[in-house]
Amino acid sequence: MGVIGESWAWLTTGANWSGDGGAAPRLAEHLYVSGIALAVACAIALPVALYLGHVGKGGALAVNLSNVGRAVPVFAVLALFMMTPLRNSGYLPTVIALVLFAVPPLLTNAYVGMREVDRSVLEAARGMGMSGGQLFVRVELPLAYPMIMTGLRSAAVQVIATASIAAMVGLGGLGRIITAGFNTYDTPQVFAGAVLVALLALVVEGVLVALDRLLSPLRRRRTV
Amino acid sequence: MAEQNCLVANDWICGEYLRSRGQELTDATVQHIWITAASVLIGLAVAFPLALLARRGRHFAGPVLGLTTVLYTVPSLAMFSLLLPLFGLSAALVVTGLVLYSLTILVRNILAGLEAVPQEAREAAQGMGYGPVRLLWEVELPLALPALMAGLRIATVSTVALTTVGSLVGKGGLGNLIEDALPSFFKAQVLTASVLCVLLAVAADLLLLGIQRLLTPWTRIRTPAGASAGAGIAKTEAG
Repeated sequence: MGVIGESWAWLTTGANWSGDGGAAPRLAEHLYVSGIALAVACAIALPVALYLGHVGKGGALAVNLSNVGRAVPVFAVLALFMMTPLRNSGYLPTVIALVLFAVPPLLTNAYVGMREVDRSVLEAARGMGMSGGQLFVRVELPLAYPMIMTGLRSAAVQVIATASIAAMVGLGGLGRIITAGFNTYDTPQVFAGAVLVALLALVVEGVLVALDRLLSPLRRRRTV
Repeated sequence: MAEQNCLVANDWICGEYLRSRGQELTDATVQHIWITAASVLIGLAVAFPLALLARRGRHFAGPVLGLTTVLYTVPSLAMFSLLLPLFGLSAALVVTGLVLYSLTILVRNILAGLEAVPQEAREAAQGMGYGPVRLLWEVELPLALPALMAGLRIATVSTVALTTVGSLVGKGGLGNLIEDALPSFFKAQVLTASVLCVLLAVAADLLLLGIQRLLTPWTRIRTPAGASAGAGIAKTEAG
């Protein structure tokens, strides 16, 4: 119980939030790096997956790519980056690692979502005289939307989680509060940092679930 | 003597490193394997009753699936740190964290497998006088095995990767070697440990695939059920 009380004290001390290594700039760093990485990953993965899904090819590749991604430890990738000249390029190593890990779930889910659209629905739409483009925008995309959003959510949560690993190789982000606590044997600070990181991941997941419900083109209630 | 220079030159690939630090590499790999194996086996032992509980009705399924999903969202660095006051710097901390992660994937896959068992199969067995335990053990479980094994494979592969983060508390197997090599920019050690990690994940996956084929000879004619069942679970975490 002592640790939790002391961590609460750490979190409510204003001095721990401001300054160069404070929690506020770390949080900003975390969100900045995660946001850029997620945007880049979407820009790469979604067009490819939606196109492959539309023409119906390359699916095995997309799914296998995602499974290979699981086997590669983020920590190892970041450590390898730190052994190259990339280590002097600020946020770049973290962003590249995050993009690498966000692309597979986005790609797999968007592709599977497009392929799972009922064949008979597509044939009906084609019979009504829809062109390939109309079919894509008005039938396939709305029906694949739930799967695409599931992919986006797991990618976002993965990116937030991975961004904290960056601290283990000395890069920025909220994880630095945890590693700094470890280096000074300050367990309350470690615990306080962990609570912050965990809360951030949960809040991001919650916001995305809410956005998903709000923006869903079919506007029906989905069970999570 | 050219080989000895690769340590001095700090090359990425170094035969002399493999020879001189063989013992260190073996120890780290062994630690990695037992932490992963313990986590997955305990995860399976916990996930199975949870899945059976979740199957009993919506008021059980909601909390069980909700809680395991929330646990999955917590970043690994934070998970290990949050457990620190409970366990201290021990392997139990890493194993507990990894068990909590594996639960999401395992519970969902076991549940999906059990729910996909055809009602006719169940009724036929009941008509033949099978009790609930025998029904579960001899009919439902074998039929749910492909989905269960698909989940087990995903859980194992991601656990191998996540174990490296355990180096935060000095119990990360091959991750320890990576962390030790960071301050001195020891390239050969980082690359060797990383590659071993990926090889370990691939080997574990192939081993489980082999076990699945041995356990489910009747599925061998069709396309592997694991591929489609695995793709359905869209959750991934690479913390």
